Amino acid sequence: MAKYTLLIYGDSAQWEALTAEQRREHDAAHEEFRRAAGDRVLGGQELEPSPNATTLRGSATLDGPFLETKEALGGFYLLEADDLDEVLALAKLLPEVRAGHSGVEIRPVVDHG
Amino acid sequence: MTAVADALAQAHRRDWAQVLATTVRVTRDLDLAEECTQDAYAQALETWGRDGIPDRPGAWLTRVARNRAIDLLRREAALQRRLPLLLTDEQDRDDRLRLVFTCCHPALSREHQVALTARLVCGLSTAEVARAFLISEATMAARLTRAKKKIATARIPYRVPPPEALAERLEPVLEVVHLLFTTGHTAPTGPSLTRADLTASALELARTLHLLMPRAAPVTALLALLLVNDARSAARVAPDGRLLLLSEQDRTLWNRDRITEGVALLTDSLRRHPPSRYSVEAAIAAVHAEAPSWEQTDWSEIAGLYAVLLRLTDGSPVVALNRAVAIGFRDGPAAGLAELKPLTAEPALATYPYLAAARADFLSRLGRAAEAITAYGEALALTDNQAERDFLAARLSALQE
Repeated sequence: MAKYTLLIYGDSAQWEALTAEQRREHDAAHEEFRRAAGDRVLGGQELEPSPNATTLRGSATLDGPFLETKEALGGFYLLEADDLDEVLALAKLLPEVRAGHSGVEIRPVVDHG
Repeated sequence: MTAVADALAQAHRRDWAQVLATTVRVTRDLDLAEECTQDAYAQALETWGRDGIPDRPGAWLTRVARNRAIDLLRREAALQRRLPLLLTDEQDRDDRLRLVFTCCHPALSREHQVALTARLVCGLSTAEVARAFLISEATMAARLTRAKKKIATARIPYRVPPPEALAERLEPVLEVVHLLFTTGHTAPTGPSLTRADLTASALELARTLHLLMPRAAPVTALLALLLVNDARSAARVAPDGRLLLLSEQDRTLWNRDRITEGVALLTDSLRRHPPSRYSVEAAIAAVHAEAPSWEQTDWSEIAGLYAVLLRLTDGSPVVALNRAVAIGFRDGPAAGLAELKPLTAEPALATYPYLAAARADFLSRLGRAAEAITAYGEALALTDNQAERDFLAARLSALQE
């Protein structure tokens, strides 16, 4: 088994603009993902929009995210899987894959043994 | 000793992919499998020199490479961890097919897919792969290293994809099989024009894919293309090794069975599906194959098919070059030369010898000998295949007389 993080990137303005109905569909898709993945999900959270971030860099404490981009990290999952194909099949269930402004980046986690 | 060296060279060309693919199934790690395969060939040099060449060199090499891999894994005490993966594998499918699908996994860039397959499945040297892709050897070596690292780190699995994913996973595989064939059809380096082992292994892979997916139109079209092109291979080289142009070839040497089989597959593919890159290329090859003589070639049809192909390939410079050549035969060398002109500024063709060779041919037919001599010189400087070099040199000296 290997661990992967699923980093969900997108435009937070578009996420905030979801109607109540769209939001319910969005959340239901995440529920479906968690059901399909079962105990392969080791963790995961939705993040507050990036303007609420605080960044430390050298001696400075800065308001905002490390990278100022239109599409920012909006949430993540930590997953355990046999191989990349298993992760790809599960990640395709995430609504952010199909939303147009957003996407899901899969990063293997370094195995420190 | 030369007998051993010859046997080894032959075993390298013929068996490398199979030895590697079998070893990968044990190691689940490309680098380690490559290392073990290289070790097996190194040991062969010593053992065969002492004890004689085995009856089945490929089987010998596979056994040595696999045993070496098992040894190394035991030493790493990693066998326990990897063993369950080995046992759950479907052993009955072709190992090479599995290796191809791994090398062509969509999580790898297209560049990495083709490089890996050419190197690992076809056993081309890094230098040969580099030349096939028109980049430097160092760049290609770095590309292969990055690609293998991604396979290992992201754990891209070694398996043939399940039926529902097959169509999507097929496209890069076909591109790669096609590349393997064209590389064998005109070998980038070496004394002879073709490398029959490469074209044969591409044909075999295409047949296997067609067998697994008889209804996949692009597979059918690719197989048709390879069959029709391969049908002409015996006629492309004179008995003395000299390259023969299509216009000089003895058409009775063309393999009619292959042409018939290819055309039947193409017809079937075109009846059921819109034209794809491979079916148009196969159609071009079929127009040549069915022309009773060079003079009776339907250049209008060929130029028209190249125009379709140019759209399907988003304006590939190599396709544009072929279209220009066809126009040169249809409308005369001046028209062909005019079509070539914009391509001379194309960076992807800067080191492509066929552009200079095509210009040289048009110029010499127009009687512009001095310019033709310069262009043949350029083509020669860019060509490493000996049969092609001889052909260009003969043209050049005919003009200089």
